[in-house]
Amino acid sequence: MSQALESKVRIQIENFDVSDEIEAIKKVSPNIGGIVTFLGTGREQSKGETISELNFEHYPQMAEKKLEEIRQRAIEEYKIIDMSIIHRIGKIDIGENIVLIVAAGEHRKEAFIACEWAIAELKRITPIWKRETTTTGEVWVQDTP
Amino acid sequence: MIIVKYFASLKNIAGKEEDHFDLAKGSSLLDLCQAISKTNPQLGKMVHEKKVMISVNLDVVSMDHILNDDDEVALLPPFSGGTQ
Repeated sequence: MSQALESKVRIQIENFDVSDEIEAIKKVSPNIGGIVTFLGTGREQSKGETISELNFEHYPQMAEKKLEEIRQRAIEEYKIIDMSIIHRIGKIDIGENIVLIVAAGEHRKEAFIACEWAIAELKRITPIWKRETTTTGEVWVQDTP
Repeated sequence: MIIVKYFASLKNIAGKEEDHFDLAKGSSLLDLCQAISKTNPQLGKMVHEKKVMISVNLDVVSMDHILNDDDEVALLPPFSGGTQ
């Protein structure tokens, strides 16, 4: 296993491989019986505008700290076995991977709940910002739908 | 000296990524925000209207938090990570 995959919480410029991340979390415990993933990707349309490019910026250290907090709370409060959270930063083209959450539980129910909670919590408390480039210019996205 | 970091849209408003403020010993986050308002009223207004969150040494704190020398304060506009 690569060094990168050993860390369950990562913020990185480079792309990630969803299958590799699933295989990595499966190795955590033989009791994993259900894995739920959320993969966020770059979308072309936003509020009627055509997006040509996305850029993500983060607050180093604080963003990683918040993602680790989310992971720990997901494990403790939703009784899952483990969770991986990976978020990319920098320039992202349409269709590219942005964020991946992998929730692994003994059963599917807690994994589904933990995964949905984690992406909502990520958007709420993690200092990561998105800038969209459209045909009319650049704008920092400041709402959280 | 207090280090102040600006992120995302606030970098454009501040015209820089980082600032430094010398405050009297025992000054609070509110005192710092008043100093920021004097140098950049637009930023001060956003802080006053709670349009930004403020962290000290990576934790979001209240305005009565007492600052220490070399503390890292960050002005954080609303987050937009992840995807919809």
